[in-house]
Amino acid sequence: MEENYIKHQYAPILPKKDEWPVVKLARERKEFILKVAELSEERIIGLLGKNPDVLKEELETTLYREKLRIKQNPWDVDPDDEVDFWKEIKSNLLQLHAEVALSKTKRLDAYQAVLKKITSRYAEEISSNFKASHYKFTRRVVTYGFSRLLNAARVKGFTSFFSNQYTLQDKIQITGQTDQIRDLATKGTIVLVPTHFSNLDSILIGWILSVLGMPPFIYGAGLNLFNISIFAYFMNALGAYKVDRRKKNLMYIETLKTYSKEAIQFGCHSLFFPGGTRSRSGIIESKLKLGLLGTAIEAQRANFQKGNGEGLGKIFIVPVTINYHFVLEAPVLIRDYLSMTGQERYYKENDEFSTSYKIFKFLLKFFTKGSDISVSIGKAMDVMGNYVDQEGNSRDKWGRLVDTREYFVSEGKVTVDSQREEEYTQMLGKRIVEEFHKINRVFSSHLVAFVAFELIKAKNQKMDVFDLIRLPQEDIVVDYQEFKTGCQRVLDEIFALKTKGKIDAAPHLFKPMDDIIAHGLENVGMYHAKRPLIRDEAGNLTTEDLSLLYFYHNRLHGYDFEKLF
Amino acid sequence: MTLKNSSKTNPVGVIGVGSFGTAVANMLAEKSEVMVYARKQEVVDEINAQHTASGRSLDPSIRATFSPEELCESCAVLFFMVPSAAFLEVTRLFAPHLHPYHLVIHGTKGLAVQLDPGEALDTVKKLRRSQILTMSEVILQETLAVRVGCLAGPNISKELSLGQPAATVVASKYNEVIQQGQHLLRSERFQVYGNSDIIGVELSGVLKNIIAIAAGALAGLGLGENAKGLLISRGIVEMAHLSKALGGSASSVMGLAGVGDLVTTCNSQDSRNFTLGYRLAKGETLEQILQTMDEVAEGVNTVRIVDAFIKTAGIRAPITENLHRVLFEDLSIEESLQFLMKYPFSVDVDFV
Repeated sequence: MEENYIKHQYAPILPKKDEWPVVKLARERKEFILKVAELSEERIIGLLGKNPDVLKEELETTLYREKLRIKQNPWDVDPDDEVDFWKEIKSNLLQLHAEVALSKTKRLDAYQAVLKKITSRYAEEISSNFKASHYKFTRRVVTYGFSRLLNAARVKGFTSFFSNQYTLQDKIQITGQTDQIRDLATKGTIVLVPTHFSNLDSILIGWILSVLGMPPFIYGAGLNLFNISIFAYFMNALGAYKVDRRKKNLMYIETLKTYSKEAIQFGCHSLFFPGGTRSRSGIIESKLKLGLLGTAIEAQRANFQKGNGEGLGKIFIVPVTINYHFVLEAPVLIRDYLSMTGQERYYKENDEFSTSYKIFKFLLKFFTKGSDISVSIGKAMDVMGNYVDQEGNSRDKWGRLVDTREYFVSEGKVTVDSQREEEYTQMLGKRIVEEFHKINRVFSSHLVAFVAFELIKAKNQKMDVFDLIRLPQEDIVVDYQEFKTGCQRVLDEIFALKTKGKIDAAPHLFKPMDDIIAHGLENVGMYHAKRPLIRDEAGNLTTEDLSLLYFYHNRLHGYDFEKLF
Repeated sequence: MTLKNSSKTNPVGVIGVGSFGTAVANMLAEKSEVMVYARKQEVVDEINAQHTASGRSLDPSIRATFSPEELCESCAVLFFMVPSAAFLEVTRLFAPHLHPYHLVIHGTKGLAVQLDPGEALDTVKKLRRSQILTMSEVILQETLAVRVGCLAGPNISKELSLGQPAATVVASKYNEVIQQGQHLLRSERFQVYGNSDIIGVELSGVLKNIIAIAAGALAGLGLGENAKGLLISRGIVEMAHLSKALGGSASSVMGLAGVGDLVTTCNSQDSRNFTLGYRLAKGETLEQILQTMDEVAEGVNTVRIVDAFIKTAGIRAPITENLHRVLFEDLSIEESLQFLMKYPFSVDVDFV
């Protein structure tokens, strides 16, 4: 069956870059940061009940944690004046502590001034540094560079390097509701929520959005990525703002949320990885980090409050899954996952995607050998998880029109109720997970990894995952015939679910089973030094690294296919 | 559609004018304007003309309508007070008119099941949790309303209409629904508690019906208060485990909707479930009893659903299992009592 993916490049929706919301935001960067800092300050004061003692304690906690972080886990990207800044905060706090005579309101004001310094600094740190010229340059470099590499590898002959026979779009296939997302981008603000398996995802999505002719999105990228110069350049060019996962203090988190909320309200299309971080286990995200997601709901409510919830003030949530045969970081991710679930207490944020050289090597491999990626764009929803139609109107299960504003109405008007919004955020989280599973595109490699691991598990019923990965390699052999029937059983179930619209399958799964298996074995974790699944001399299956096999197997977790074994 | 007025001037809607619906409508009418929905024109006329519903007296300020649309357009807060057998149907009837701004509080104790094609409740052997719906889950599935709550607790309609002191629980994930429920219902004679574990509260109200049948059976056998105490305490343990397995929290079972309602029902000759158990113990068969009861005792369905669920989930619930065998598999009450007395409950309390 022929693959039905987008082969052409779309015309940009907003050809003039001056109209891009990100560009507008970049122009007003200073004012915007100021606004974010102020609003965060208000928000934190509100959360702490306007109590100077609680605020003082919170400031001290933040100071303590920040000093600890600077000492224990410093990164290259950290600004040089960090130590001085926190020293100053410390002396501010000490000074205030000494002044016992102040009245309660005066103390609150004084502590609030310290808080202001912190939120201003955080807002500045988080803020993106988008430059339209860098963006255009980057996009050209990525597209041109990648397609040269691709053609050099695939088309034979001397001139292959300059051939245009293959474009990046043959390598990275875009499927799903591409027209809808384009339509909606002019009708409201889009919040894209993709699955997250690899650090490559952010660049990949950035490129895809430009293929679709979308204006650049802003997104929160892990600050660790800015450690790597090549990434830092790309990220800045793509409009990323920075999320520092080392900072878990209330003040940072609230500033980050405010930044996100205000940017959405500004009309900037945004992108969150709702899993928060890359899926360590290889399982499609099932528990989402709701903090940032909640900002989409808050922004929507705020827009309704201002009376501009319709038209451009409407927010659309678009789930996206990214499907890989191969995840470069898989060995480290799964090791992290196993050590976390194995109750190892201390686990440090680290980044194995560490040097520009490693990334370059990976990209070279990726483009010169065949390993396809597909990106499925899901149906857009409103912030309550109702699907929206082409015009951006929400529709319920029966196709009836829904007024999203009414979810925020109580006693006739839009009200702020943070408890209600927390519940709504959870509901939205659940809907996104549901959609992820529906648009998830099964590859041959997922199938073979899943079946092989389940068969191995079934043979060693008394063992848990931790015991299994310690099995000597010689003990792990799966008979080919048994494996093949297992694959057929799972595939039948996949197709049964597909007809119900509960999963998606790549076209190569419609080939004869032997071909599917061969394709899967060839592709599953293809560039790892130790392959997760290979055939031995007798034609049976074995593994060089069971934990990797487990990682790729996990992609099909959450559909109850395990019951087939 | 935007509501122009606040709910203080908007009437409160009550759907269903059975004994409980009437009692709730009357309590609401003490503070607010109330509009009730009845399906039949003659009942609507009776309410509007004579201020009675099937003979039960209603506060004269209460207006009745038989148009779901009118009720939904006029009211922002709706109380669904319909018997569980009609719940799905009524919910579907109202669904087209319900908006996301509506707050819906129901007072129905029952479970709905979604069966695979070709299955029937009488014959179904296996039920997964996803196939079982509490009434709030029915509302969420069938309508656009999301701010949903439930009323549960020892609320015998007869006593409520006499104005005797009582209390109820309003359970909802939304504080706003709890506050609204308290605001509308609370009076000198009626206390209203809040609980955020709506599933646990709904399940408490449903599961206690099983124990009520057993309590009736014990009374029918002529056993005394020791046996009743034993049953109530074991019943609570079983309810807690079942509630947990179905997604509720064990602590809600300890509240008004669990223990509170259980004690009341196990001592009430008016309870249909209790009566059913009583007559079973007196030697009648389920068929004979059901023929002479005008409404099905909800506990019978609950036993069926829960029994199929525990078999699927692989957990044990001795009282439910034995009642199932008595009701549908010809085990005698005496034999099942023997079985329960020998059952190895080794620990007194193992769920807190």
